[in-house]
Amino acid sequence: MNYTVSPWAITIFCAFVLAVLAISYHFARVTKSAAGFFAAGGNIHWSVNGVAFAGDYLSAASFLGICGMIAFSGFDGFLYSIGYLAGWVVAMFVVAEPVKRLGKYTFTDALNAKFNSKGIQLAAAISTLMVSIFYLIPQMVGAGSLVTPLLGLPHELGVIMVGTLVIIIVATAGMASTTYVQFLKGGMLLIFSLILVFLVLSRGVTTSPDQGGDVPFRQFATVRVGLWDGQQLALADSGYKVVRVFPEKAGALVFAKLERGGEESFWKLNEKEMLLEETQNITVKPDGSKLYNGQPKDKGRFYQVGHMSRITKNGQEAQKTGTTDFFSFIRAVKEGTVVRWLKHPAVRDGDDKVTIYYQAPIAGREVLKPGVKFKVDSARGATTANKLDFISLMIALFLGTAALPHVLIRYYTVPDPASARKSTIVAIAAIGLFYILTLYMGLGAMVNGVLDLTNDNMSAPLLAKSFGVTVFAIISALAFATVLGTVSGLIIAASGAVAHDLMDKFFKVKMDEHRKVRWGKLAAVGVGIIAMVLGILFKGMNVSYLVGWAFAVAASANLPTIAMILFWEKTTARGVLASILVGLGSALGMILLSQETFNEVYKIPHIKSLIPFNNPAIISVPLSFLTLVVVSLLTQRQEAARAARINVQEGSK
Amino acid sequence: MHGPSSQWAKDHAASIKRILGLWMVTLYTIVYAGFVVINVVSPSFMAVDVGSFNVAIAYGFLLILFAIFLAAIYNHVCTHAEEVMRELRPEDEPEVMEEGHA
Repeated sequence: MNYTVSPWAITIFCAFVLAVLAISYHFARVTKSAAGFFAAGGNIHWSVNGVAFAGDYLSAASFLGICGMIAFSGFDGFLYSIGYLAGWVVAMFVVAEPVKRLGKYTFTDALNAKFNSKGIQLAAAISTLMVSIFYLIPQMVGAGSLVTPLLGLPHELGVIMVGTLVIIIVATAGMASTTYVQFLKGGMLLIFSLILVFLVLSRGVTTSPDQGGDVPFRQFATVRVGLWDGQQLALADSGYKVVRVFPEKAGALVFAKLERGGEESFWKLNEKEMLLEETQNITVKPDGSKLYNGQPKDKGRFYQVGHMSRITKNGQEAQKTGTTDFFSFIRAVKEGTVVRWLKHPAVRDGDDKVTIYYQAPIAGREVLKPGVKFKVDSARGATTANKLDFISLMIALFLGTAALPHVLIRYYTVPDPASARKSTIVAIAAIGLFYILTLYMGLGAMVNGVLDLTNDNMSAPLLAKSFGVTVFAIISALAFATVLGTVSGLIIAASGAVAHDLMDKFFKVKMDEHRKVRWGKLAAVGVGIIAMVLGILFKGMNVSYLVGWAFAVAASANLPTIAMILFWEKTTARGVLASILVGLGSALGMILLSQETFNEVYKIPHIKSLIPFNNPAIISVPLSFLTLVVVSLLTQRQEAARAARINVQEGSK
Repeated sequence: MHGPSSQWAKDHAASIKRILGLWMVTLYTIVYAGFVVINVVSPSFMAVDVGSFNVAIAYGFLLILFAIFLAAIYNHVCTHAEEVMRELRPEDEPEVMEEGHA
């Protein structure tokens, strides 16, 4: 769709960015030590840290990705909300206090506290870097998605803007400024999401949503078919002329290209009712230029969509529900019919490639149960591999949270283990509330005629836009701040891995506090640049899907080691090292060789992947646990000798 | 080797907290696994009405609220245990953690 830029939106956006920079500048003046840079001096109050946790965690994936997925696929998107929140239970009950007690600045500290092994230092630092970079990709993609409608800038420029701003935030003041930026953002995101949901419920549901009167409801046309014999298509009426029918394959969807008054359009055949239904399409010309419904983008002919074609109220069919509440809104969706739009892969029309988006009405009951996006329903053709893929994703979400580097380093910003525990509770409450709201924001976008078919990540901000440009500007600025904050946390985690774990501990580079902070800042710049490049390369992928991968890598490489060190006394240094390497290698390997990566990243969908899953956790997590147990059992004697050696060395000091 | 990284009161409640944490995470894992299994074994059951919601949404909300509930109980018990243990053994020196030695 074509976005018009509002000066008011830009003003509010700039005010947010300036506020963030002001916070960074303030803390830059007081942050001189390594403890200040990497852990905010360890003196953040637990309640502030708890909301900052929410700020860190409610990333672009949560706000943009989940809302977008719910808006396009219904309940299946909400499964991410449930998985993301459930992961905090593991963080709370298993890792919060021990990680705080064992570590200083980074996850590697905690992991290596018992063993003091060079191998673990290197492997854990690499794992931290890999997970951070995987998590950075969706944040940067989200940033690019946001800047286009907000400021009218291309995706690439959005990514570069975020990258540059984050490098400034991190390189000036490190964890202290990041914590307060996250606290403000986390709090405001909750408040404005509540306001947005209140507005959605107040508006209710209608069969002809017009964005509060701002954008007239677009009723897509139908044309009656006179004859269709599988080859020939003739129209019963209207002034349209059939130009071409395609594809002419039995069993496939049939589309027709019609012409009227010199304008060409694409239609989908509804054989049951003998109708042609108007579609939307994007045509890519041989020179690379694109036409949206036959016109250049700035003509605004590519429409926002998403509505309910049938609503019942008190058992009767109705045009609108009027004001709803948390219960009646869901009931209205459940008992009605939702018009979804599906994308058909590009068809060849001469030298042009045409991607067609067509209407696919579906019962509200189906939208609110699993199976629209994830293949879990055998009745819809789901195979055992599909089901295992889904289970694999839910395992990754459950076990990944407690092993994410930017979550783990936040435990070092509070004064003691009890504060770590208390801040986790605040985080669970804040994040849980937000995730409940995602269902209403996502479904609200689904039925309010606001969806941009080319960008599902924009569903929540566009829903806000239907309530006025001020709400849109605030929500977009918050979403942008969301990206800024999360990226800052990730870059600090990555820079800690480089400066503290690798340079200081592994390579034993002699560094005073100032030099360590300088290395941290240099690493932040380097990781920031890598994040920018990847954010541009991965443009167009759903950010929540990408985050699923980051969780899988974290759950496979980090969690088994943390859990086993805490709960199994026979764990050895070599077992930990092998577990990290096997978890990291298997998870990364399976992702890079998955069908989804073939389709979306390498763009080779015609090649079939040998890996049956897109989500690796169901194999890589047990493999990592198993490796740790087997190697630890095999190296008990060496471990005892190593421990004795260390004791002798300690005794001689 | 660096100097002491942090200094806190010795945590005599650590083992109680560890056991409680394990039980709670096990309990939650069972409820969460139930949700995942129903999703793949009987997606149609997820569509069964539960008032205005269906099983899918009601179970999903329950999982979120259950996490908050368990976290609150855990914190309450842990805080109480820490206070009791502190009163029972007030004479202990603060625990000093050094990097490389848990």
